[in-house]
Amino acid sequence: MEANPLVPDILFHLGPVPISRPVLTTWAIMAVLTAVSWLGLRRASIHGNALQTVLEIVVETLEKQVSEIIRRDPWPYLPLLGTLFIFLVLANLSAVVPGMKPPTAHIETPAALAAIVFSSVHYFGIRSRGLAEYARRYTRPNLLLLPLNVLSEFTRTFSLMVRLFGNMMSHAFVIAIVVFMAGLFLPIPFMLLGILIGIIQAYIFTVLAAVYIGAAVGNVEAE
Amino acid sequence: MYLETLSIIGAVVAVSFGAIGPAFSEGRALAAAMDAIARQPESAGPLSRTLFVGLAMIETMAIYCLVIALLLLYANPFVG
Repeated sequence: MEANPLVPDILFHLGPVPISRPVLTTWAIMAVLTAVSWLGLRRASIHGNALQTVLEIVVETLEKQVSEIIRRDPWPYLPLLGTLFIFLVLANLSAVVPGMKPPTAHIETPAALAAIVFSSVHYFGIRSRGLAEYARRYTRPNLLLLPLNVLSEFTRTFSLMVRLFGNMMSHAFVIAIVVFMAGLFLPIPFMLLGILIGIIQAYIFTVLAAVYIGAAVGNVEAE
Repeated sequence: MYLETLSIIGAVVAVSFGAIGPAFSEGRALAAAMDAIARQPESAGPLSRTLFVGLAMIETMAIYCLVIALLLLYANPFVG
């Protein structure tokens, strides 16, 4: 059976700092992403090679999706959102590799990602509208709604974290239970479902982050 | 012993009954989206994106119940 999902499994200690399995997996994913980007863009040119073309297709697809959600120039927000999506897809799909467990199935990684989204929403909002105008957004329909607006800021970040963690962790649980009960072939359809769930959760996380950032920076056509 | 049994029952009740409401509402949302796509197939792109985000919002309620169940099972503050 699966171990307690709320406690990280410590693999080894780096000096006084304990290194857990999610951290190690995250490092591996970061190394893979950096290596692929470096290989693809090492000799970037107008007529690029195959890998550069693939990377360009990925970036352009992300750009189109993000600009449809934010409805303004997506390039200031694309580095954050695109990296978030690509990292989440790789992290959620790392369960496919034997011996690896998705780092998003432990609560620390989703918490860190949600904290990044939380702070960058305010950063982008203040940078695009100015502090006073951005703060006035919280009193928007009425001053009475100020506590609710502030509260919703925290609950939506919390639900962002819990949604990713809950989905990935519960799926790992289901796989563990099915393997425990049925052995070899029955888990395979569940693992296929896990690929779908992983990609959908990465998509949802990114879309919600884009929606939050879009709401914070304000809509150009609406104002 | 008594508290542990109660916690297990509480986790089961939280997950099973907490899944009912989101399941119904996700079905309704999906049916409404299908209806809209059947009437206007060209709006399928933005519709399905909104549908995914909405389903994620609805699903959050079920996942809250799951988290409560996990807390009861693994991090129960009342069981030593």
